[in-house]
Amino acid sequence: MYAQLVKSSGKGVKSLEEMDPQERAFQQRIDAGDKIEPKDWMPDGYRKNLIRQIGQHAHSEIVGQLPEGNWITRAPTLERKAILLAKVQDEAGHGLYLYCAAETLGVTRDELFEMLNNGKMKYSSIFNYPTLTWADMGAVGWLVDGAAIMNQVPLQRTSYGPYARAMIRICKEESFHQRQGFDIMMKMANGSEAQKKMAQDALNRFWFPSLMMFGPSDKESVHSAQSMAWKIKMNTNDELRQKFVDQTAPQAEYLGLTVPDETLRWNEEKGGYDFAEPDWNEFFDVIKGNGPCNTDRLNARRKAWDEGAWVREAMLAHAEKKRAAKLAAE
Amino acid sequence: MPDALFEYLLRLGDNTLVLGHRISEWCGKAPILEEDIALANTALDLMGQTQLWLGLAAEVESKGRSADDLAFLRDVWDFRNVLMVERPNGDFGHTIMRQFLFDAFHLPLLDGLQNSSDQRVAEIAEKSVKEASYHLERSADTVIALGDGTEESHRRMQSALDLLWPFSGEMFLTDAVDDALLVSGIAPDLSQIKPIWSKTVEKTLREATLTTPEDDFAHSGGKTGRQHTEDLGHMLAQMQWLQRAYPGASW
Amino acid sequence: MSKEWPLWEVFIRGQHGLSHRHVGSLHAPDAEMAIKNARDVYTRRNEGVSIWVVEAERIAASSPGDKGPFYDPANSKVYRHPTFFDIPDEIGAM
Repeated sequence: MYAQLVKSSGKGVKSLEEMDPQERAFQQRIDAGDKIEPKDWMPDGYRKNLIRQIGQHAHSEIVGQLPEGNWITRAPTLERKAILLAKVQDEAGHGLYLYCAAETLGVTRDELFEMLNNGKMKYSSIFNYPTLTWADMGAVGWLVDGAAIMNQVPLQRTSYGPYARAMIRICKEESFHQRQGFDIMMKMANGSEAQKKMAQDALNRFWFPSLMMFGPSDKESVHSAQSMAWKIKMNTNDELRQKFVDQTAPQAEYLGLTVPDETLRWNEEKGGYDFAEPDWNEFFDVIKGNGPCNTDRLNARRKAWDEGAWVREAMLAHAEKKRAAKLAAE
Repeated sequence: MPDALFEYLLRLGDNTLVLGHRISEWCGKAPILEEDIALANTALDLMGQTQLWLGLAAEVESKGRSADDLAFLRDVWDFRNVLMVERPNGDFGHTIMRQFLFDAFHLPLLDGLQNSSDQRVAEIAEKSVKEASYHLERSADTVIALGDGTEESHRRMQSALDLLWPFSGEMFLTDAVDDALLVSGIAPDLSQIKPIWSKTVEKTLREATLTTPEDDFAHSGGKTGRQHTEDLGHMLAQMQWLQRAYPGASW
Repeated sequence: MSKEWPLWEVFIRGQHGLSHRHVGSLHAPDAEMAIKNARDVYTRRNEGVSIWVVEAERIAASSPGDKGPFYDPANSKVYRHPTFFDIPDEIGAM
């Protein structure tokens, strides 16, 4: 999940009776499955929450370019290089679509970038882990994109029109991402001893961080309850995590790899796997900025932004000169 | 000269391979998202062309090597790209100026190659020429915008141009390989491509308010393989590392 | 913070001769670059053959409050829809 721990404002979910008429009408539209559009009235909390959530999602896409971008120049074949580049490019595109969706809520993209760069806004914890071998490109596609897709597919039905439309486009494009990751894992798992070792090592390092992507349990969370009432969150974190494990564990088996969780086993009764929780202390450390790559990722983003300033200014200055010249000629 | 075609195809394929690799280094780090995506498209086009040119080179050589073998298992002295494309990216202005100077050459070259007497060459050129045409349109516009934009951007673009200019001449230096392919009608005449390049470059630089350097000294040694820059070795150390570290593995 | 590039809305006509459709937005310094950026951002998978861009702030839109008066009257003109007319089955497709 690319938007973790998005806190909503407000103290809990109001019942329809407690709402003022405007708010009630709004909630009823959402309950009826209507889409909310940019110019529609919406409660402040809904707007603020969405900006945080979509912003965090967008930031995750562009920070997410970095760990995979780390291997573009070292991809082992021409075709793998092209596939990886196309995939990381898609992430830039997805970030772009999402920023545009956030912009319809009255925040600018530059403001969002500033908030990312100065640490006021977060991105998914997963991108603070390093990519150390080529097998990590497989694991990221298979596990990280797999987890993201699990979250994104239901968001295509989210109540905010521009967000839902961005998600539809993203899901359509994303279907190749997980597949290319699994494809790399298959090659590695069926390859030489060294490649198998790389594949297992990648799974070892990415398994628990992938489970963390869904965020801590939110069964009791009022924030989540509000987000779900507004249909900007469609499932609980635990539901999605369970679904992810149920889908992924057999795939690991197919690859002949071992999930690094000795407690993992099929539970006939619940019709799903039992599995160990990730280390949530580690998760909160990473969120706080103490993950292995937090500093590097943020510095890379800041560097790109700062070093690009003269380009953005110059392109705009030239466009303005051109416009002025055209006006003068008329 | 039986190997002339092989040599020539390496020149085409190595230019796109090395430049595509350089451009791909920008992924995730461009000045703005829209440019990040556009640069990746250029890199992807160039990688695609590389697969075709080196694929054909391997076929012509017929020693059982593949395009990947050529890309990942040759050492520096076997590369045949011009020196300009292996230069490190520098700032965005330097990257775009290098791209423009190359695109302005690449487009008329591919245009000429469409009429190649070798059908396979003509087909690859026909596919690539559309991509190169867009690359040139975009890089020329960006050179103009950045040259004209602000004082800082103007200064950066002029310094990029001054740095790159001595590397631009190599694209038009000819040797026995070029002569042999010209005679057999496989490749166009570089002396006829030069004026097209000059015209594009002059027009664009004028609009960009940049001053064309007067010195026509040209560094050389890349396309013949006589002497590359130190930068190529570092690029290959990175690009070829997996293939070298795990020989024979399938990826 | 320096000034941001304006936002553009992008409309693309697909391969099959349908109308231009809104596909999303992007930032660009001017219309020419907006078209180029749209080509790079929104046609990566062969989505289109023609691109329109409009500066977002130039778009005039109906306001949501008008929804009733704007669109409901059309509901009562059912005769505009082909299914209003019963055509005998033996006539075939019409």
